[in-house]
Amino acid sequence: MKLTGAEILCESLVRVGVRHIFGYPGGAILPAYDALGKAPIHHILVRHEQGATHMADGYARASGGVGAAIVTSGPGATNMVTGIATAMLDSSPIVCITGQVSSKVLGSDAFQEVDITGITMPITKHNVIVSRAEDVARAIREAFVIAASGRPGPVLVDITKDAQQGVCEFDWEASAPNLPPKRRRPGTDDETFARALELINSAKRPVVLAGHGILISGAMRVFREFVRTGDFPVALTLLGLGVFPASDPRNLGMMGMHGEAWVNHAIQDSDLLIAVGMRFDDRVTGDLRTYASRARKIHIEIDQAEINKNVKVDVALVGDARMVLERLLPHVERPDRCEWHDYIDKLRGDVAVRDIQNLPDTGHLWAAHVINDLWKETNGEALVVTDVGQHQMWEAQYYHHNQPRSLITSGGLGTMGFALPAAIGAKVARPDSEVWVIVGDGGFQMTMCELATIVQEKLNIKIAVINNGFLGMVRQWQEFFYDKRYVATPLVAPDFCALANAFGIRSERITTRPEVIPAIRAAREMPETVLLDFRVEQEDSVYPMVAGGASLHEMIRRPTPLIETSRDS
Amino acid sequence: MQTIVAYVEHKPGVLNRIGSLARRLAINIDSLTVGPTETAGIARMTIVVNTNREVAHRLEASLENLVDVLLAEIITDRPAVERDLALIKVAADQQSRPHLMELIKVFRARVVDVSPESLIIEVSGEVDKIDGLLEVLRPFGVQEMARTGRIAMTRGSQLLQPPSRPTELQTPEAVESGDGTHEKA
Repeated sequence: MKLTGAEILCESLVRVGVRHIFGYPGGAILPAYDALGKAPIHHILVRHEQGATHMADGYARASGGVGAAIVTSGPGATNMVTGIATAMLDSSPIVCITGQVSSKVLGSDAFQEVDITGITMPITKHNVIVSRAEDVARAIREAFVIAASGRPGPVLVDITKDAQQGVCEFDWEASAPNLPPKRRRPGTDDETFARALELINSAKRPVVLAGHGILISGAMRVFREFVRTGDFPVALTLLGLGVFPASDPRNLGMMGMHGEAWVNHAIQDSDLLIAVGMRFDDRVTGDLRTYASRARKIHIEIDQAEINKNVKVDVALVGDARMVLERLLPHVERPDRCEWHDYIDKLRGDVAVRDIQNLPDTGHLWAAHVINDLWKETNGEALVVTDVGQHQMWEAQYYHHNQPRSLITSGGLGTMGFALPAAIGAKVARPDSEVWVIVGDGGFQMTMCELATIVQEKLNIKIAVINNGFLGMVRQWQEFFYDKRYVATPLVAPDFCALANAFGIRSERITTRPEVIPAIRAAREMPETVLLDFRVEQEDSVYPMVAGGASLHEMIRRPTPLIETSRDS
Repeated sequence: MQTIVAYVEHKPGVLNRIGSLARRLAINIDSLTVGPTETAGIARMTIVVNTNREVAHRLEASLENLVDVLLAEIITDRPAVERDLALIKVAADQQSRPHLMELIKVFRARVVDVSPESLIIEVSGEVDKIDGLLEVLRPFGVQEMARTGRIAMTRGSQLLQPPSRPTELQTPEAVESGDGTHEKA
């Protein structure tokens, strides 16, 4: 059967399982779009190519599959860069297809030509340029395999216009993936496992650090078994939230820069850290020299390059988290850990009484209250997509996730503007899930053009804008570390309610605490997208906080009584 | 100095990927040689980096994470044959020439080009030997030098070889799923 490269592209996408693709057309990708029009793939037209990558990312994270995005050459391709880097840092499998100028003019600075494979080399797991129709099918098949296998990540396939237009014989069987054969490193040997088990079974004050790798390897069940058998307290990374139920008494919550004090103290006071599918990011360790200095460390990690990168470990178990845990589990002994749990409970009790949610309504609207109310109203069952900044940390603290894939957020790269497009991708992947966007007034203004995508696709997404008139997290750093010199952080925003209305989206402004729950309830009852503009306290801060470079136990704690801003005094 | 041997796909862009990786990890490449191997389509690199063992390990692992790298291994501490080759153009007149020839003999180098005012000397061997020759030649006036950089091969019968490309499909179809709302656990 003779097909054009563009037709082969679409046929290949269908055959590898793509049902939805996020994109934006243009000259160099027009042949592909022409073929896409006839393929059983739903194309979602975005408003900016960055949005297409975040949507594919959100789609991948919500579904567990691979997200796909397609754009044109030049500026279309460069606009993808931020989304690709976001997916790279969070190990999210997406395949980005870019049009490219004809191979005959490659390198001539042709109109909308850019070396996108060169540009994206350090931020993709792999990328490839395809300049012949004959190579399209294999490139697409390989891209999906690479994106999803091992430690997942973004793959970019750059297809020249003549490769899309060329005609060749389409042979699916003959274009099977033919990736370079990799040397198989010998699996972790029995001796190493024995050493790990010896540490695990002799530890008195162990803490398990749970990361995104548990989700990626689908290790949730065996992880729960592992934790319950060994009766380990569990601290989670931001991207690990949801892999272990927040309702389990062993779940301490998020660790790190904005982790609760008892979590970070437990880590610092531990004698063994069992890190599973996490990479000791600087945001979770604080100062490495003082990080859990009395603890032995076991690192269960699929990526060899992460071993001893930041934290020197005593035992590295390199491999898929699920397989490693399954091998460990039968040998884990059930110890008496009352003393250690009591110790952590004491730390927790001290802080809990000062917890913001227990404070009376002082007439202010606190972002943490809003998020906590949202958690209660949605029974903790919504799929929450957060942006980056203070609201993101409050969400991690006050929305308690029991289910995997119920929180999608940009962790590693910290990409503002991520939430709205990622939520669109998540909603497309899981149309039956209740999707909430929690976003600040800064990040929302970065990608709010995608409201039009929501309307065009008739999606039902609830958007909670945590609007404090500041770039809040930066303002907080300026307050703590720059003598309250608020340079470039006060932020003018449009009237978000009027803006939503202009897009044809319902909206409501909330300024006091009693309005929060009724507004959330009303929004949930609407079978369509609703934007809630929460006008929250302007100069609130996220506590506790480990300052950059400080030790994990040196936290700036919540003030008692809760801080009042200069405006109120 | 750390020496890494890598087998890579012999195709455009691979050198760029490796250079880009070293740059991203802020590793200075001291020398990098690349050439074909006994297997068509596969090239072998010897990468010498001026870094400590830990960073070299990270480079080794990160290299193997690249799709086009089949194998990467640090051989610094293993018994290995290491060779560097240099062409050195040195000033030589009637008076200095006999003296130069003596030195060349001592270093088991050879003269590959002679002109009235200069010689081109070819020397191969371990880096120290070439550096040694270079030192004694300097007083005569070294005009140009070209060096290949180190190539290395571990001694003995244990082979450092990439796996051969399987003839049949190596990827389970299950992985090749673009959509799939499958939850694994």
